[in-house]
Amino acid sequence: MRIAAKILPHPFMSLILVMVWCLLTNAVNLGNLVLAVILAIAIPLITAAYWPNRPGTPRLGGLFTYVLIVIWDIALANIAVAWIVLTRPNRKMRSRWVVIPLDLRTPEAIAILAGTITLTPGTVSADLSDEGSCLLVHALDTADAEDEARGIKERYERRLKEIFE
Amino acid sequence: MIDDLIGQEEAFVAWLRSLDAVGIADAATVVMLCAGAFFALVGSVGLLKLDTPMKRLHAPTKASTLGVGSLLLASMIHAYAHGEGSVHEVLIMAFLFVTAPISANFISKVNLHREDVDPTPPPPKDSTWATFDTSPQDKAAPDRP
Repeated sequence: MRIAAKILPHPFMSLILVMVWCLLTNAVNLGNLVLAVILAIAIPLITAAYWPNRPGTPRLGGLFTYVLIVIWDIALANIAVAWIVLTRPNRKMRSRWVVIPLDLRTPEAIAILAGTITLTPGTVSADLSDEGSCLLVHALDTADAEDEARGIKERYERRLKEIFE
Repeated sequence: MIDDLIGQEEAFVAWLRSLDAVGIADAATVVMLCAGAFFALVGSVGLLKLDTPMKRLHAPTKASTLGVGSLLLASMIHAYAHGEGSVHEVLIMAFLFVTAPISANFISKVNLHREDVDPTPPPPKDSTWATFDTSPQDKAAPDRP
């Protein structure tokens, strides 16, 4: 166990490196995989010293489901926002600030939540409070700020908490 | 009349048979290209039409997700239908999705400092938003000329 932790200080990063290398070279064959594994072992080992507080490994199954849900939501929300932009006059748009109180404490999880909020059309994450307990989000058109915040917490934050904490 | 319909049906079946995998893939490519072009256009229209800086920020972040996403999907389908398959598009999309929120975040922070936005609500738990959290000596220093 300890030897495995020495050789692979950051298994999740190694996995990502193997995947990115295979995508870059556009082929999965033995030669490529061997090179990918060498890189996946060497890069984390060389960079480990510069990265003392590296995050733990997230739960991969949950992360995969999360990515699928986010892609689906991006597609749906894009159509909704395209409709709003094309049909609704400016003064009728109920754009406002939404404050989301955070239960997440892991910086990586908060960063992914903020990124998800920006990628999902209709909302842009603008800032974090100074101690990191709430997120400031701008919504393009929403009837109720509280409702919007509850929806985001329920759909994304709960899942991220399961994946990272 | 019925003979006509049957004739049309036969023609339709013959048309379906004449389609091969490449034809279907080409049709899918065209559909994805049109969808990508549509969302890129909506992003540009939004940029022109919306009136406040924060609202305007919503338009391009949308074009960069589904707009570019559909175009890259079209490129992938085309590459697989005509010879050499390519998965580089997956990487482009991944890097785009990781970096797009950063620029949106920076622009919204600039908007917050320019103060031409709706007044921000105070955070319920902490003292202020992080971008306004300047140290006392920075506050005391005069602004650049």
